[in-house]
Amino acid sequence: MFKKILIANRGEIACRVIKSARRMGIQTVAVYSDADARAPFVQMADEAVHIGPAPAAESYLIADKIIDACKQTGAEAVHPGYGFLSERTSFAEALAEAGIEFIGPPVNAIAAMGDKIESKKLAREAGVNVVPGFVGEIRDTEHAVEIANDIGYPVMMKASAGGGGKGMRLAYSEKDVREGFEATKREGLNSFGDDRVFIEKFIENPRHIEIQILGDKHGNIIYLNERECSIQRRHQKVVEEAPSPFVTPEMRKAMGEQCVALARAVGYYSAGTVELIVSGADKTGQSFYFLEMNTRLQVEHPVTEAITGVDLVEQMIKVAAGGELGLKQDNVKIDGWAIENRVYAEDPYRGFLPSTGRLVRYDPPVPGWKGGIRGVEEGTGGIRVDDGVMEGGEVSMFYDPMIAKLVTWAPTRDEAADLQIKALDAFEIEGLGHNIDFLSAIMQHPRFRSGELTTGFIAEEYPEGFEGAPAGRTLRTRLAAIGAFVAAAYADRARRIDGQLGNRLRPPAKWSVKIDGEFHNAELSGDTISVDGEAVDMALEYTPGQRTLAAVFDSDENGDGGEQLIVQIKPVPAGFEFTTRGAKHALRILPTSMAKFDKHMIEKIPPDMSKFLVCPMPGLLVSLNVEEGDEVQLGQPLAVIEAMKMENILRAEKAGVVAKVNAKAGDSLAVDAIILELE
Amino acid sequence: MSANIAEVERRRAAAKLGGGQKRIDAQHAKGRLTARERLEVLLDEDSFEEIDMYVEHNCVDFGMAEQHIPGDGVVTGSGTINGRLVYVFSQDFTVFGGSLSERHAEKICKVMDAAMKVGAPVIGLNDSGGARIQEGVASLGGYAEVFQRNVLASGVIPQLSLIMGPCAGGAVYSPSMTDFIFMVEDSSYMFVTGPEVVKTVTNEVVTQEELGGASTHTVKSGVADLACENDIVALLRARDFMDFLPASNREDVPERPTSDPWDRFEESLDTIIPASANQPYDMHEVIRKTVDEGEFFEIQPRHAANIICGFGRIEGRSVGIVANQPMVLAGVLDIDSSKKAARFVRFCDAFNIPILTFVDVPGFLPGTDQEHNGIIKHGAKLLFAYAEATVPKITVITRKAYGGAYDVMASKHLRGDLNYAWPTAEIAVMGAKGAVEIIFRQDRDNPEKIAEKTKEYEDRFANPFVAASKGFIDEVIMPHSTRRRIALGLRKLRGKELANPWKKHDNIPL
Repeated sequence: MFKKILIANRGEIACRVIKSARRMGIQTVAVYSDADARAPFVQMADEAVHIGPAPAAESYLIADKIIDACKQTGAEAVHPGYGFLSERTSFAEALAEAGIEFIGPPVNAIAAMGDKIESKKLAREAGVNVVPGFVGEIRDTEHAVEIANDIGYPVMMKASAGGGGKGMRLAYSEKDVREGFEATKREGLNSFGDDRVFIEKFIENPRHIEIQILGDKHGNIIYLNERECSIQRRHQKVVEEAPSPFVTPEMRKAMGEQCVALARAVGYYSAGTVELIVSGADKTGQSFYFLEMNTRLQVEHPVTEAITGVDLVEQMIKVAAGGELGLKQDNVKIDGWAIENRVYAEDPYRGFLPSTGRLVRYDPPVPGWKGGIRGVEEGTGGIRVDDGVMEGGEVSMFYDPMIAKLVTWAPTRDEAADLQIKALDAFEIEGLGHNIDFLSAIMQHPRFRSGELTTGFIAEEYPEGFEGAPAGRTLRTRLAAIGAFVAAAYADRARRIDGQLGNRLRPPAKWSVKIDGEFHNAELSGDTISVDGEAVDMALEYTPGQRTLAAVFDSDENGDGGEQLIVQIKPVPAGFEFTTRGAKHALRILPTSMAKFDKHMIEKIPPDMSKFLVCPMPGLLVSLNVEEGDEVQLGQPLAVIEAMKMENILRAEKAGVVAKVNAKAGDSLAVDAIILELE
Repeated sequence: MSANIAEVERRRAAAKLGGGQKRIDAQHAKGRLTARERLEVLLDEDSFEEIDMYVEHNCVDFGMAEQHIPGDGVVTGSGTINGRLVYVFSQDFTVFGGSLSERHAEKICKVMDAAMKVGAPVIGLNDSGGARIQEGVASLGGYAEVFQRNVLASGVIPQLSLIMGPCAGGAVYSPSMTDFIFMVEDSSYMFVTGPEVVKTVTNEVVTQEELGGASTHTVKSGVADLACENDIVALLRARDFMDFLPASNREDVPERPTSDPWDRFEESLDTIIPASANQPYDMHEVIRKTVDEGEFFEIQPRHAANIICGFGRIEGRSVGIVANQPMVLAGVLDIDSSKKAARFVRFCDAFNIPILTFVDVPGFLPGTDQEHNGIIKHGAKLLFAYAEATVPKITVITRKAYGGAYDVMASKHLRGDLNYAWPTAEIAVMGAKGAVEIIFRQDRDNPEKIAEKTKEYEDRFANPFVAASKGFIDEVIMPHSTRRRIALGLRKLRGKELANPWKKHDNIPL
């Protein structure tokens, strides 16, 4: 076994690898860029080597720097994580030349699977279902039309070297093919320097299901069941789970065996993932087709670990060191259900705009990197947080915007989803936009709960964007009860100030709580609380200043059972902002004696800011691309702000005509300064 | 006897109706509460004790002899806020438009005199059309009587003004001399001369809101300290605000319980200073992570935001906080920020509120605009205020403390009691680049030498140790332990005794 390995990656995956290595008694070396000097993975590793400036192209992507770091520290092997150099044959080759082991698959397998057309050919040869389509050079538009007609519509035209949704075009008819083929070629050439295009059948109700493969250098290859990753936004996975609610044991076996055959065909070892596209429209489960094979550890590997009990990183390291797999196909189990939510630094309330900055507060529901493969025990399940950040750390614009992976495991899918909701409620992030509310909304969504997923889930269920998860009557009543309790706690504390004229006053017992525009009357008396005349069975403790509160509703006489509700609490003038169950709720809370005056207050409608281009950060206005009277389109770049020596492009949040320009190039602008106004 | 009891009740009921239901409805329609309703929100339930309910004006001109409304347009008395005594007056717009008559003024003076006698704050709720023109000079005299009392009370009892309607002409000068002004958005305004006069005299066309609305005064002019969404929010904010203040200059700051540990570590403060000196960070985070429960009552948050002023608590006891804000103009001191902070520091000093200063200041803002408008004298106000303050003063330099601005920001030399610096502090005459360009002017065409000397200057001065070696810094502290250090410091400074030499009063550069 290795004595020391280097992790050629950063963030949560570096922490993840370090954790397993440490448990195996292996020393770890981290490499880091300027931007990561203070990052947790650097602190966690036994040694750390600085490899250059923040941009990945100048640090994490330079193989020579990684190899130098290995030599400098005496690391015998490199774990590449995912992304960066993980699927670059040149890197694996360079390591081999330097006599350093690559903790990953053989070079030829990486190469074979790296090319979309090549890998499809291989898959077909290995007996794996492939999407009906044409593999090979397409001569011209006429040829493309011929092929498309053969396959049957709808068809998808894809740039061979494409990815991430770029260079893809859907055609429902011959006309679409004629119009789109050349454009697809051009996009491929412009974006990827490769104008080859392939055409294939477009799958209806598509689900993204993938098979985890694990092999050793002794010819053993097994599959560790499937993961379903259908919940995606713009081809970016958001929610993953294992097993898949769609897959039957027969289907699992068929998929697994085909994927193993493919892995065997390329002499695969280490961990790998075969991504399949599955037609949800075909309930027989026979319509699954090879998409691509990722020759590395996947982001979402923890869900597989949780249901199989296999530590994939540990296995990868063992395999790289020449060891044999510790288990046979027959021993691979499915125990319970695991769901992973990716917590991203993006703001779902603002069109999922990416958000970077300082984590002013960061408090995950359980500490990252504590507990076993299923994380920290919680009821009948477990909560695992894979993160690479800390409070006071930075989510920088240089790298992936993922803050953390929240993984829950439980005996059943519903329990795992419920545990997610609870964990998301307790997940505190402040300082930048994040998608926790959105994730919670998905976990509560009836369609998600039914398991009727497709890769179009988000686009179909949130066509107008996201405005918070809907809150039912029960939730609103409970929030009203909590609101009155919390308001009374603050009022009580305020009345404990010294220097009072007489005896200490009691806090008001009757409160008027306005939630989302609806009024509730709450009354506290002794240990009981009622909302709108009905008693609410609630147990909670709260001390003013606490940012999170856990209330239990409807438990039995012994205080057992019941439903827990975790709420994040932020005091605001005349009320609170509560965040729970996937939404923020503005609560105005007044003692009933004052509430009668509230009706005279004129509701102020916040101005529609979408017509303003607001400077998001203090900075220098480098350029302004439009003038008064110009017409602008949604998403059109309007201005460039240089802040912190970075150029940020500001785009139009709606279409319109520029009515007024308030700044000129060269101006120093404060945060929230209005640069221009649209009509 | 019983006839008189009935008469009291009848008179009370009549007085409480103010200018009558029609006018009350009109007031409500504007989103405003009546004078008495406002007091109900401001004061603890049932704590208001009214005086002078039956006072009526003494005017006989212009038909006023026939119009008498008990109370004469202002409701006065006392009550409690969280059990603590305050004196209040609340102008009643439903009665003669809240206009100020001689008697109306006398009522206000009476509560101010009472407050001064016992040492309790005065809160004025302003909603008045101005002078009672029918009374002529008697009304003007009334204003002046109030002004005189505002001045005598200044620094003795806290005075808070809430502007909840019009406040124009001479009327503005009473609030302007009180300690703090809160305004209600879209329904209050303050100006010396209204839009019509402005138009006549200068031909300038301007709305009331633009001329003197809450936004104007809390962003541009800095006349007011806080803009509130509506009447209720303004009154509730005032309640919260009063909890920070002692009843008078004879009293210590109030204390209330907190469960926030005094020695709470905030590891995340160790990473708040960015790697590059040119990168800003939000000083609010430092403040919120230092004070009890993250609760910070900021004064003038939108005016001169390059300096932050406000109240927080440490171990349940009020502190006044002044901090440079690197996010706005790099935290530079200019005319507006100097004036804003100077007045705040003097308030704290007058009322025994310890002053906590966070420093990250690159210097004074250069330019003709600043110089021609008198930055010399305005900057001196802050220097003067800090230098004369005798309350406990704790200073934490987080990053830059350059030049004269270093001296100004509660430095050791201005009798700072505890002057701490984070390891990231740079205490120097100026930034390294600027310094080297002056010292090595002859080498200005030799970029290599300039770079080398810049590095040398940085190594020498871009740290807290040179200042610490001279005793200008008492200790270099870890950012995460800031709260613990401050809490401990304030405990030790509770017994601080320091007096300035006797004088009639000082001569601060106004």
